[in-house]
Formats: sequence, structure tokens, C-alpha cells
Amino acid sequence: MTFWVSQSLNALALGGLLFMLASGFSLIFGLMRVANLAHGALFMLGAYLGLAAVKAGFGFWAAAASAAVAVGLLGGIIERTLLRRLAGRTLPQVLLTLGLAFIIADACLMMWGGDPMRLPPPPELSGAVRIGDAVFPRYRLFVIGASAAVALGLWLLVERTRAGAMIRAAVDDVGMARAIGVSASTLFTAVFCLGTALAGLGGVIGGPILSVYPSLDQDMLPLALLVVILGGAGSLAGAFVGAYVIGFIYTFGQVLVPDLAYVILFLPMIAVLSVAPQGLFGRRLG
Amino acid sequence: MSARALPFAVALAAMAMVPLFSTSPFYVNLTSQVTIAAIGALGLNVLVGHAGLNSLGFAVFPGLAAYLVAWLSTVGGIDPVFAALVALGGTLAVAALFALVALRTTGLGFVMITMALCQIVWGAAYRWTSVTGGDNGLSGVPRPGGAWLPLEKPEYFLWLCLAVLALALVQLGRFFDSPLGVALRGTRDQPRRMGAVGYDVWRIRFVAWMLAAAWGAAAGLLYAWYHQFVSPHMMAVTASAEVLLMVVAGGAGTLAGPLIGAALVVLLKNLASIWIDRWVMLLGFTFVVIVLLMPDGIVPGFNRLTASLKRLRPGPAPKLVPRERADG
Repeated sequence: MTFWVSQSLNALALGGLLFMLASGFSLIFGLMRVANLAHGALFMLGAYLGLAAVKAGFGFWAAAASAAVAVGLLGGIIERTLLRRLAGRTLPQVLLTLGLAFIIADACLMMWGGDPMRLPPPPELSGAVRIGDAVFPRYRLFVIGASAAVALGLWLLVERTRAGAMIRAAVDDVGMARAIGVSASTLFTAVFCLGTALAGLGGVIGGPILSVYPSLDQDMLPLALLVVILGGAGSLAGAFVGAYVIGFIYTFGQVLVPDLAYVILFLPMIAVLSVAPQGLFGRRLG
Repeated sequence: MSARALPFAVALAAMAMVPLFSTSPFYVNLTSQVTIAAIGALGLNVLVGHAGLNSLGFAVFPGLAAYLVAWLSTVGGIDPVFAALVALGGTLAVAALFALVALRTTGLGFVMITMALCQIVWGAAYRWTSVTGGDNGLSGVPRPGGAWLPLEKPEYFLWLCLAVLALALVQLGRFFDSPLGVALRGTRDQPRRMGAVGYDVWRIRFVAWMLAAAWGAAAGLLYAWYHQFVSPHMMAVTASAEVLLMVVAGGAGTLAGPLIGAALVVLLKNLASIWIDRWVMLLGFTFVVIVLLMPDGIVPGFNRLTASLKRLRPGPAPKLVPRERADG
């Protein structure tokens, strides 16, 4: 019983981190039809920047905020200077973001070396709490709550604000949104900044759980892709449901069948794709 | 021999003569690497160039074949040639299963699903230590051959690789010219219209997928025999990306493009490793530069140049139908 409770909480924490990564990816995908394959590398860059800030003497919260802003700015620069030239061309966009992912990952390796490093959680969240018989780290509870707060915030932004209405309009029909006065150019950059900033924030928040190491991007990006394939690209609800499904399957897979944890992830993908090729909440991918 | 085949014959003959001019096995082995990479790139080109399906998980086919042949001929103790046949069959069987999942989508969905499929097999190779040896991989893979065909010698192995490459060029050249090859490009440019006039788009794509898997598996077998060692790294994202770079840099949809791209990437990788050990970053910058400066690749760029020199006027008008808009 204790095993199931504590592993379920671990799965919720991993699912929350995956949501932070996949929701930005999915927002960018839905709006701009760009699969940003540098998203995993930006997640890792956020984790390393946060670690560097903590080591430089900043508090955890300042480090998290500055890493998110820095990664978001980098995302905005990538969108404005590089991705924009390739609008509407799938293969060049895939190659460009993949190339950037390699550059960022190798730059991190060059800067911070190959050893895994632990990002310490903030002092007020260290230690553990007792839930029934299970002892559970306080920080993981915070991750669960924080990711739920991010989900709620994103939902409010997209569904309840004027900016969100513009995003939804542009997702449905960019040409029509432009015609009625939505500045799609600004919107694209803003959403790209937001999505990449979420990845960077996720990296810092995930740092104390996952620790920070050179192939973190290659471990996280496939999981995020699975979340998006499962939930449906461009859908916030899909990213939410998909992230927790993958979080649970991966966490329990690793504990129960460690050799084949990766292969088990395949099963929900087959199940969903055979019923709905566009994912649970998605529209058809063109 | 047709005029179109002549440049290929000359190039292959020149590569076959490398052992006659070079006493050091380094250049012979480098030529073998280029040849093996070219076979894989030709396979991926069926998908990227002719089917319009951008796979980012192509390394799964060479990887599966290499692991199967390595496992069967070391742990299983089976004769290398027989093991290769079983590995080829096994890879095609898995490819057919993957097709059921991957071919349900096109466009970006296909990119993401092929990448995820490859990562899953990579994960099995990496984690399932009791069978695959984990990160250490499987070593001591025996090459086939014997006294009558000493494939242990680099020059004989190169000639085997070149023979497979020649076979690939002939088979794929004929396939691209065949009615099925034309129909495949039809499904790339106008899948809905092809469906409307009665072609089974899914089945045509399935044929392309299996063809790509078969040549990918052939490259994987040669890779396992060449290195006599397999490891999960041959299925990493970078490995799939390298093959894709070969196809795109050389020119997707052309027969010569993957060869030139393979030579370029393999030489770049080997030369770079002499001076710097930042191959991944160089690979990333190569991607960015190719995409921004030469999006169509070397061969189409060269063809455009010669065509415009012949006519003494600028290149052809841009295509009217952007390929990405055509959805299934």
C-alpha cells in the first residue's frame, strides 16, 4: 500500500514536469505548426542555468525565475531570427530546431562538463512529510502543486483572457485572425517565448528531482513527444491528460519492469493511435 | 549502359580502386564507411525524397538488423550468413508492425512518431542489459566469408559493401522509374487526388516504408560486420539525424544526392574528429547552415546551376503547389 501511494505521488510529480515541457511544445505546435525539437535542450539549458544561478549565490526562486526568463528570451530570438524565415516549410523547420538542439546540448556539455549534478531544493521545501504510512519528500508535493498551478494559469490565459482569445483565433485560422486585426507576428513570438520559458522553468523545477546531466534533453524530449502524440498536438487538455498518463506508466514501468520501461511506453501510443490518429484531444495533423 | 548510369559506375569503380592506390587501411575503411552510410541514406531517401514522409527515426532499421545479427551470431552461435537472413526478416517484420502505427499520420505527426519509435527501441537496447549488453553493446560479431572470400581483409569487405551499394542503386533506380515509383511521388504531392483516382495511398506508402526498412537493414548488417560491434549509440537521435542530414544535404529525391551527402557527412565526421571532439555541435551548425543556405541540397542546386548555364537564364519558376499544404 505504501509502495503504491508513494509511487503514485512520484508519478504525479513526473507528470507535472512533463506537462510543463509538453504544454509549451503543444501551444507552439498548435499555433505555428512548428515541432520545436529544441524543446528538450531548452529544458536542460534551464536546469543548468538555474544550477549556475544557485551556485552563484542566488536563491532558488530567483534562479528559477531568471532561468525561465533567459530561456524564454533565447526562444524569442530563435523564433524571430531563424524560424521565421522558414514559415510553412516542415522539413527545414525540423532540421533547424534539431540542429539548435544539438548545439545547445553540446554547449551545455562544454560549459558544465559531463558529471551529473544535483540542484538543491529550496531550504523551506527540504525534508519530508508523512502521509499515512508513506514518507514523502516535501519538494515533490510542491512540484505537483506548482505544475497544477501552471496548468490552471495556462487554462485561464487561453480561455479567459483577450490574449487567449487571439491565440485561439489564430490557432483556428491565422489568415482570418490577421484580417480582423490580430497581430499574428507578435503573437507567434510571444507564444514561442512563453512556451520556451515554461520549458526552462520546468528544467529548474525538475532539477532537484531528475538532477542535471548531459543527456537530460534526450531523456525528456521523447517523453514530451509521447505526451503530445497521446494527448493531441495543440491541445492544452491533451497535454495535461497525456502528461499524467505517461508519468504514471513510466514511473510504474521503471519500478516494476525496469528493463522494459521504455518499451511499455509504446503501448498507450498504439492504443490511442489505432482509435484516434490525431490523439485524444487533437485535430488532424497536416 | 545508359548515360544516366555512367557517372554512378565511374564513382563506384573509383571507390573500388581505393585499395590499389592506398597502402594504409585507413582510406579503405573510410571508403567502406561512406559506402555503408550511402546505402542507409538511399533507403531513407525513399521516404523523405519520394514519399514525402520525413522520418526522424530511421536509425531504428539499421539498429534492429545490426543487433539481431550480432546477437544471433555471438550469443546464438548461428552462422553469420544465416544470421543475416534471419536479421533481415526480423527487421522487416518489426518494420511492418511499426508501419501500422507510423503510417497513420503524415507531416509533423510522422516526424514525432518515427522519433518516438526509434527512441523506444533505443531504450530497449540501452536498458535491457541481460540481452543487449546495455551501454557496452555486443562485441566480437564475426564477419561471414572464408578462405574463398577473405572478408576479414579491409579491401574485400569494401568490395562487398560496394556490391551491395550497386545493387541498391540499380534496384532503387528501377523502382523510382516504375509506375509504382511515379505513383509514390503522386502520393507525396497530392495524396487526396491520388486517393480519389483510385490509388491505395496507404499501401503505396507501406511499400515505400518496407523498401526503406530493407535497405536500412542492409546497411545495418554491413555496419555490424564492419565494426564487429554494436551499441545503442547507433540508434540515438544523432544517428537518425545524421542519415537525414546526408539525404537533405545531398538532395532529397535524387539518386546521387544520398551518395554525395553520405560522403560529405562521413568525411566531415572523420576529419572533424582529428582536430576537435565537438562533433555534435558541428553537426548542429551543419544543419543550421544547410537549412538557411542550401535548403534543396547539393545535387538540385548543382542541377539548377548547370541548367541555367545551358540556357543562360535564371533558374525555374517556384513551384505553384507547396508540398506541405497537401494533407492526407
